[in-house]
Amino acid sequence: MKLAVLSGKGGAGKTFVSVNLAAVANHATYIDCDVEEPNGHLFFKPENITTITVNRMMPEFDVKKCDGCRKCVDFCHFNALIYLVNRPLIFKEVCHSCGGCMLVCPNDAIHETKHPVGVIEDGWHQDVHVITGILNTGESSGIPVIKEVQKLGSKHDGLVVYDCPPGSACSVMETITDADYCVLVAEPTAFGFHNFCMVYELASLLDKKMGVVINKQEILYQPLEDFCKEHKIPILARIPYDKTMASLAAQGKIVCECNDHVHALFFDLLEKIEGAVK
Amino acid sequence: MKIMIPLDEDKKNVCVSFGRAPFFMVHDTDTEQTEYVENPGAEAQGGAGIKAAQCVVDHGCEVLITVRCGENAAEVFKAAGIKIYKSTHQMADVEIEAYLENKLEELTHFHAGFHGLQ
Repeated sequence: MKLAVLSGKGGAGKTFVSVNLAAVANHATYIDCDVEEPNGHLFFKPENITTITVNRMMPEFDVKKCDGCRKCVDFCHFNALIYLVNRPLIFKEVCHSCGGCMLVCPNDAIHETKHPVGVIEDGWHQDVHVITGILNTGESSGIPVIKEVQKLGSKHDGLVVYDCPPGSACSVMETITDADYCVLVAEPTAFGFHNFCMVYELASLLDKKMGVVINKQEILYQPLEDFCKEHKIPILARIPYDKTMASLAAQGKIVCECNDHVHALFFDLLEKIEGAVK
Repeated sequence: MKIMIPLDEDKKNVCVSFGRAPFFMVHDTDTEQTEYVENPGAEAQGGAGIKAAQCVVDHGCEVLITVRCGENAAEVFKAAGIKIYKSTHQMADVEIEAYLENKLEELTHFHAGFHGLQ
């Protein structure tokens, strides 16, 4: 089963929920898809790490073979290519590595070269397989790294938890496309609710099964409660706004490993999700 | 020599955007002829500035007068030796005259683009 944990807003508790879900399961795989700022590893502190470089392909032009037909420039839907004086030029950050220019070139003047965009750290925390995607600073898109970590994760049976990037943009869509179930982590505030609605819309568009975890619950935020009722989204768990939990998390501890109540809460959450997927 | 200016829908006023301008005015200072062309970048999903810059290059223009210009397009103009001047008037005809009287300043600040918001 592949679970995606997402929330429109940053700091709602995606990593907290993902890490604890993976920790209470037996032999789970935790995949940090928040490649711009992966932080699950701070809690798991994985060991026996192997590092893999993630590349994306980028066209290179052989000026001697190019006759200036511009088929590559016309083909590029992203407008990453321009023909100047006597050669095509590429805007690397605009290129989406589709390889189309190479296919349409009648003169075999284009070949692809590898361009490193990030790394994957693959390690273990007890029986949890911890896979972390890390995008290189300055790269414009995390998608190639997310694709690679998911490819690694799909080799495993059992529970796979995707810790999503924040927001509801391309990188989140890429992450949840592959998921069997979406856990929407929501904060019971006006801001949290607004961003929750955005991820709800995305997950609905992709026809995903989903449920809500309300994190940092003090009092009920009625608009969120009403929205869930109206759209028939199950509220799977309510995690209290609790100083002990916050303190443990701030020390880099996995809260369910330190506290039996929290362990029971996440175990129950996991069972509810498993029930919903079946 | 040819000068290009991004235009609004009315084909008279200078458009504040370069890459997303609906039209371009191409003015030939030798023949004093003015031509209006559609900007192929106007409706592009991404890379509009690059596509629009290709249009400037392909029309053989040596000067662009614009309110603003993105970094990618600026890189193209630099490589192609096209000079960019800052537009300060609303009417494109007035800009041509101002340029011919050496009253325009070169544009030196280029924005990072409004994409990024994927």
